[in-house]
Amino acid sequence: MVNEDVTSPPSTQRTIPAETQTDGLAPESATIRIAPLQRNVDEEERRMAEAQAQGATALEFEADQVVFELEALSCYYGSFRAVREISLQVPKNRITALIGPSGCGKSTLLRSFNRMNDLVDSAHIEGSIRYHGVDLYADGVDPVEVRRRIGMVFQKPNPFPKSIYDNVAFGPRVAGYKGKMDELVERSLRRAALWDEVKDKLREPGTALSGGQQQRLCIARAIAVEPDVILMDEPCSALDPIATLKIEELMRELKENYTIVIVTHNMQQAARASDYTAFLTMGDDRAGYLVEMAPTQQLFTSPENRLTEDYITGRFG
Amino acid sequence: MAVTGDAVTSRRAVEARLRGGKTDVAGVALQVFLLLSLVISLGVLVVLLTDIFIRALPAFTDRGLDLLTSPLSARPARAGMSQGIIGSLILTGFVILLALPLGVGAAVYLEEYARDTGPTRFVRTNIRNLAGVPAIVYGLLGLAVFVTLLGMGQSAIAGGLTLGILVLPIIVITTSEALRAVPISIREAALGVGATRWEMIRSHVLPYAAPGVLTGTILALARAFGETAPLIMVGAVVGTFNSTDPLGMLTGSYTALPTVIFNWAREPQEEFRALTAAAIVVLLVVILLVNAAAIILRNRYDRRW
Repeated sequence: MVNEDVTSPPSTQRTIPAETQTDGLAPESATIRIAPLQRNVDEEERRMAEAQAQGATALEFEADQVVFELEALSCYYGSFRAVREISLQVPKNRITALIGPSGCGKSTLLRSFNRMNDLVDSAHIEGSIRYHGVDLYADGVDPVEVRRRIGMVFQKPNPFPKSIYDNVAFGPRVAGYKGKMDELVERSLRRAALWDEVKDKLREPGTALSGGQQQRLCIARAIAVEPDVILMDEPCSALDPIATLKIEELMRELKENYTIVIVTHNMQQAARASDYTAFLTMGDDRAGYLVEMAPTQQLFTSPENRLTEDYITGRFG
Repeated sequence: MAVTGDAVTSRRAVEARLRGGKTDVAGVALQVFLLLSLVISLGVLVVLLTDIFIRALPAFTDRGLDLLTSPLSARPARAGMSQGIIGSLILTGFVILLALPLGVGAAVYLEEYARDTGPTRFVRTNIRNLAGVPAIVYGLLGLAVFVTLLGMGQSAIAGGLTLGILVLPIIVITTSEALRAVPISIREAALGVGATRWEMIRSHVLPYAAPGVLTGTILALARAFGETAPLIMVGAVVGTFNSTDPLGMLTGSYTALPTVIFNWAREPQEEFRALTAAAIVVLLVVILLVNAAAIILRNRYDRRW
């Protein structure tokens, strides 16, 4: 499943920037002769940037503002290391975006935040990830309780093939919620900005909604268990621009009450919607590592690392 | 540039080329061959069925429902298949009681709990092999284990257990497939809101897989209903119910519809020919109905993810 995808044989020449590779269409021999030279320069600069990234100091927050603290976190699928020694902090009531090229381990990293990777038999981690100071992977930590506090919204909207009401009520039910379920469902749907659209059809299947509505239903489902953190794994990649904007607007409202970590492919989205951005890329071993993390504004206007600059200006990735 | 070289584009040249119909002989020949294969395979079946129905017709017109309700008898004029039908129903009941919970349980464990290790894969592969083991082998197993070792004798219980074991792999396989068809995204969604593995299985995976499980179970029942060889091994042939109380029916001698057919086909009297055909028709109709139910259920509850 997941690991098959990631452990496909490593492609060679990962270090060559995309533009020199795709130059093949030009028939002029001159370009071809120049290309290797160009590549060497790029490669050298890249090496330096990489070296710089290894020593990157992570952004630090005041202790009571830190929700997650990663220390040299590596994620493995079997013997394949998908994420290499990432250290960073995720601040409370802020939106933190993880960006980076495909396959650099963003999703893997995100899924280690609520132990969703436990589902993959071969997955394991090294290093530590502390949630409010508690090591999430320590012995005796119950992954079920972890996921109750750290909710998740997935890439593809995945409502249960049940009624809208039951979609939202499932989490509270298994958590043993004793209060008034109708109110909780309404409150959750309101917070997910979906209530007005579905209040007259709560008994209809959630799968009958449009893609954007389904994703907001999934957000309502996630917040119904009143978590502390919401992880979002490219929540808008299957949505049209209008639905995307709605979700982003919603995220800004939700951060009043929740800490949000979002993985996105879409740099504009990260720039628009997040407070902090962490840029990941992958090395020759295809393991993703952190290049830099900074306030979003700063990362997009004056990145410290050349790799970040290349990425956000569209030079590779 | 056209592949044919000369790029003639005047109206007449184009028209001549486009409309100059050449017949694709090989294509037509292949089509005829494929159609013939279909006709032959269906034809055999149609001939067989018509033959049986024609032979069975006199029995049905002479005896009517009496044929279904009378007990077995050595005299063709009085013989009926009621005991075979009752026996088959009892056996089917056993199959449901035994194979359904065991099979579904095994499949849930294999798909949802077992880690994907070498031994697990070995077990999975071999369950497929078990489904391909000839029925007579299960009959031998039933004879050795249930009839002899466990001392159940040639009873309906032994027969039911044998058939249950026989269809168990089928139920495990179809249930596994139905479980696997539930997308991982649904499992993640359930776990993501803090459900335990069992809550996820109970509230989502099993309900969504239920139509598939049901279809598989029904097909397994049809298989068990028509199976003869293992029943001959575990003694259905010799028996007729010699008891009317339920417990006696389960532990005493018994028979089933396929074995009734087997017995009647061996009777020397000419009159039994029609009876045999009639019993076959009844068996076929039951199996067709059961299969139809499976198809209808599958179509009605089929879910696209």
